[in-house]
Amino acid sequence: MSDIDATTGRHLRGKYAIVGVGETAYTRGSGQTTRSLGTEAVRNAITDAGLTIADIDGMMSYSGNDSTPSPTIAGDLGIRLNFHMDVIGGGSSTEALIGIAMGVIEAGMCNAAVVYRAMNGYSQVRIGGTGRGGVGLSAAGLFDRGIGLSSAAHMFAHTFMRHMYDYGTTPEQVAMVKVIHSEHASSNPKACYRQRVSVDDVLNSRMICKPLHLLDCCVETDNATALVITRIDRARDCRHTPVVIQSVVGRCCKPRTDMHYQSGPISTAAGQYAKKILWPNAGIGPEDIQVTGAYDAFTFTTLLQLEDYGFCRKGEGGQYVSDGSTRLGGKRPNNTSGGHLCEGYTHGIAMVIENVRQLRHDVDDSCPLGGDGRRQHTFDYRECGCRQVKDVELAANMGWGTPAYGSAVVMARGV
Amino acid sequence: MDKVGEYLGMQIHFDDLDRDNVEFFRHCGRHQLHLQRCSDCLLKRYPPTTACPYCGAPGVTWEPVAGHGTLYSYGEIHHAIQPAFRPFTPYLLLLVELDEQRNTPGEDDGLRLQGNLVTPEGELGSVDLIERVGIGTRLRIVYKDLGGEFALPQWTIDEEAEQPEPWRYPG
Repeated sequence: MSDIDATTGRHLRGKYAIVGVGETAYTRGSGQTTRSLGTEAVRNAITDAGLTIADIDGMMSYSGNDSTPSPTIAGDLGIRLNFHMDVIGGGSSTEALIGIAMGVIEAGMCNAAVVYRAMNGYSQVRIGGTGRGGVGLSAAGLFDRGIGLSSAAHMFAHTFMRHMYDYGTTPEQVAMVKVIHSEHASSNPKACYRQRVSVDDVLNSRMICKPLHLLDCCVETDNATALVITRIDRARDCRHTPVVIQSVVGRCCKPRTDMHYQSGPISTAAGQYAKKILWPNAGIGPEDIQVTGAYDAFTFTTLLQLEDYGFCRKGEGGQYVSDGSTRLGGKRPNNTSGGHLCEGYTHGIAMVIENVRQLRHDVDDSCPLGGDGRRQHTFDYRECGCRQVKDVELAANMGWGTPAYGSAVVMARGV
Repeated sequence: MDKVGEYLGMQIHFDDLDRDNVEFFRHCGRHQLHLQRCSDCLLKRYPPTTACPYCGAPGVTWEPVAGHGTLYSYGEIHHAIQPAFRPFTPYLLLLVELDEQRNTPGEDDGLRLQGNLVTPEGELGSVDLIERVGIGTRLRIVYKDLGGEFALPQWTIDEEAEQPEPWRYPG
């Protein structure tokens, strides 16, 4: 199959923007339904954009556990939809749905679309755990639950362990992902876990599924999160500096996503394919990016994606995530909110929200508010301080479904 | 199909519609590892599928495979999600590369089966047993009968093979 030709006029670089972001609190016990959470987050995103409900006529959501579909949320907000779609899926969804939103607006199917995720990921349906019905096994079930394979940590362990074998990646290097994200979370008032942790804290936390300790795993939370996407000409009338979509990849796959361990070196993720779309379409490369959002369901997912999208050489992810490059104040900070490891698990969308705020130069950290209601960023990255990256113009987000598929987006600060 | 067996207290019910998987476990019940082989490209595959994941062709025969392999990667599960597995932690989740069809059809491709480390009798392994196993360990297939005509394929240390020093997670 030929490579995607990014030089033609077909792609939409610079023609669409994220104009609104919103969320609920990240909690472990929301006391609300996903319908209520979703309504709150979508309304916050529309308000943030400076739009009204009459401006929104498209809506999409995704879910891998619990959710409430978009026509219900729209109805509760008084929005009449010209387009909606609710898809199955988790961490590979946000960026893919941004691309779909661009496509359906371009096709004239709607004018402005909301993408949201609403879940009680802690109090209702936990990943791999409670809520999975029954203890019986089918023939297909013997291949996974018959051998005690029933969570994401179990599913991904072969990839992570083989990476350590192939490249000499160490537990200490991997733990640095959590350490750095915890530093970032310490300046994020929204984060579930704001306590800074050390490498020893990670390595001394109980083993979940070798090579993953408890603190290598993200924090399950209840929340809803939302984005508003529209054409760049409409975006210029919105409240904030538009965040312009330069390139998007949606659920790009390795061969055989169900049993991808048959194919190729298993210590790679789908980014090795996705980057061949992402960077040519963006017209830039990873070296141009100033802040990243690499999905951190686990410490290791961040490492693998940064490596496979080309932010360092293949096999050098352990070095890259542990040498300070990804820390605020470093060469290219990653997950400045603290990500799923610390802020809370949202299936990826919160990392896009964070980078939208980064590109607006208005991250909601602990810096004092100025007279114009905007934070006066100090760029002092100590605890309870700033987490704004200085003068950031370009960001990339990488969403992880499994090692075998993922999505990505490149975003630029607009004018 | 009615209940076909039981494993660790979990009731097993096969659906006749799932004919590819049912056939796989029926061979296992005879203590034979059989994999589907594509009639067009002649490659064997795992797990069972209705079309060939290498060329898309539908034609298939079931072919015997020796059931020897090398540990390609693993996870060591300390936090079991399913109640049935909680008494057996830590247990190993194995990815075993068969000796057949290595580096085929592409470099680094292969036939890699999942399973647990078990004793030669098919019981989940003790800590002493799992500490002997790492990437590179030579393994052989064993079958855990599920009652009736089906069995679960599992893996045990191949005591007759020459064993390399395995690679294990540090610490």
